[in-house]
Amino acid sequence: MKMKIKAIAVNTFKESARNKMFYLLVFFGIFFALSSKLISFLTLGDAMKVLKDTGLAAINFFCILIAIFTGINLIYKEIEKKTLFNILSKPVSRDQFIIGKFLGLALTMLTALAAMAVIFFLFVLANGGGFDLKIILYFFMLFLELLVIVAISLFFSSFTTPILSFIFTVSLYLIGHIMWTFNEFKMILRNPFWKYLTQGLYYLLPNLDKFNIKNEVVLNTALNPWTIFFSVLYALAYILALLAVTILIFRKRDFQ
Amino acid sequence: MKALEIKGLKKTFRSNFLLKKYHILKGINLSVEKGEIYGFLGPNGAGKTTTIKCVLGLLFADHGEILIDGQPAASMASRRRIGYLPENPFFYDYLSARELLFFSASLFNLAADEVRDRVAALIHQVGLSGHQDLKLRKFSKGMIQRLGLAQALIHNPDFLILDEPFSGLDPIGRKDLRTLILSLREQGKTIFFSSHILQDMEMMVDRVGIILNGSMRRDGKLSELISRSTQYYEIICSHIAEKELAKIQTNFACRDGQYSLTLPSDSDINQVVESIIHNNGRIVAVNPVKMTLEDIFFNEMQPHRPATTGPHRPATTGDSR
Repeated sequence: MKMKIKAIAVNTFKESARNKMFYLLVFFGIFFALSSKLISFLTLGDAMKVLKDTGLAAINFFCILIAIFTGINLIYKEIEKKTLFNILSKPVSRDQFIIGKFLGLALTMLTALAAMAVIFFLFVLANGGGFDLKIILYFFMLFLELLVIVAISLFFSSFTTPILSFIFTVSLYLIGHIMWTFNEFKMILRNPFWKYLTQGLYYLLPNLDKFNIKNEVVLNTALNPWTIFFSVLYALAYILALLAVTILIFRKRDFQ
Repeated sequence: MKALEIKGLKKTFRSNFLLKKYHILKGINLSVEKGEIYGFLGPNGAGKTTTIKCVLGLLFADHGEILIDGQPAASMASRRRIGYLPENPFFYDYLSARELLFFSASLFNLAADEVRDRVAALIHQVGLSGHQDLKLRKFSKGMIQRLGLAQALIHNPDFLILDEPFSGLDPIGRKDLRTLILSLREQGKTIFFSSHILQDMEMMVDRVGIILNGSMRRDGKLSELISRSTQYYEIICSHIAEKELAKIQTNFACRDGQYSLTLPSDSDINQVVESIIHNNGRIVAVNPVKMTLEDIFFNEMQPHRPATTGPHRPATTGDSR
């Protein structure tokens, strides 16, 4: 079983790694991260802070793009091009296929993020910045967020077209970063129906702000280890739940 | 025990918007004996690929039972026994032929070390030597088809399901594939293949099933289906005046200086031959014309063909068996 999942995961990684779009996005991620030096010249205040702030934002943006673009196409393309038939006609369960795909995408994201992170670290050191453990923690939290996004895009890709998957995934990404507003709404709303609906959505939709520690890293403020710990648990639980639902949908699908 | 047994297979699809029902398979029954080549014949849209997809678990049947070697087809054990070549196969085009075969092997829990020799042998067997490290995006359709067969054989299965294996192949490729399929039968493998190309099927299959509009119309040994039905007798002669020939037999055709006479039964053959010789004619051949697979197929198709299309008749010359 492990061998089959590993084979599908490695193959998924190869697919991304041999895609020119992947390299282009990684290149742009690095390019914009390094161009933060230029922005730090043009702004007043702590140059290193600006450099870190804009550099990390660039890496974040391009990693999210890679996660969404690779995730939304993955399963749909397998069905459209019928490569899936070749796999599922062999002794491979649909569960193994989904898990393999997810792990392959996770490996892709890890590689992209690691490439950008290493170059950014060297860049910070070259500009007089010191080795900062918090930046590693930032990249770890970003990786968790990427895994959640990959799981979301994989979920939509299992039953809808890439365009709709893109719209749904981007919408959830944007909503996921303003989840605090749901709590505010809950306080304001008086009608019990809307109140419970808002509360339900608050727990159902991904709260991606839990993985955002950029302010703590850039401003060098203290991080609560328990917050990190619960964010990790939250990511794991959310990914497992999404994969379970994706597998349930996929198990029922007819492949015409 | 039968290699494949399908009992009462039904499958319905629904349209996307109105949810209108389309009955694609209307109770398919067929069985494939071990060690035989079974030809699954039908026009496009008859339900061949849908049946195969139900066997492979890519589609869920609404009703019916599918057994492979007595086991439910959906089980992993059954799928381990099957080698499958999809219709118009498409493989990951960023892989090379060798990488694809190793990938396919790993899906059967076969490690690269175990199958290294087999991968090399299969690449040679399907005629892809020298192309094993070429990316599949540079492969022609025929090469992809050959590679598809190699990946279907990677785990040395005893039951092969080939969906339209001859599509996209040139005459040489088709001949090579026929030879390969026949050699696989010699090795004791069971082969189930679908096609709408009658000539290829007639040359190879032991048994044939004809599917039309989701229902099985004929199922049986090819030799029985064909020999059951000698249609007419054909006498080919030359060196005789057309006027004289018309006195002997009115039903004849002329081609390249030779005449072809059609007799409905063998009772008049001697008399007709003697008359031709008596009129200084020469007998070139006397052929019993049996029903071909094509005739059987078109006869089954008849009620479903447009009214403008006339009944299919074998040619009076040059198409005898």
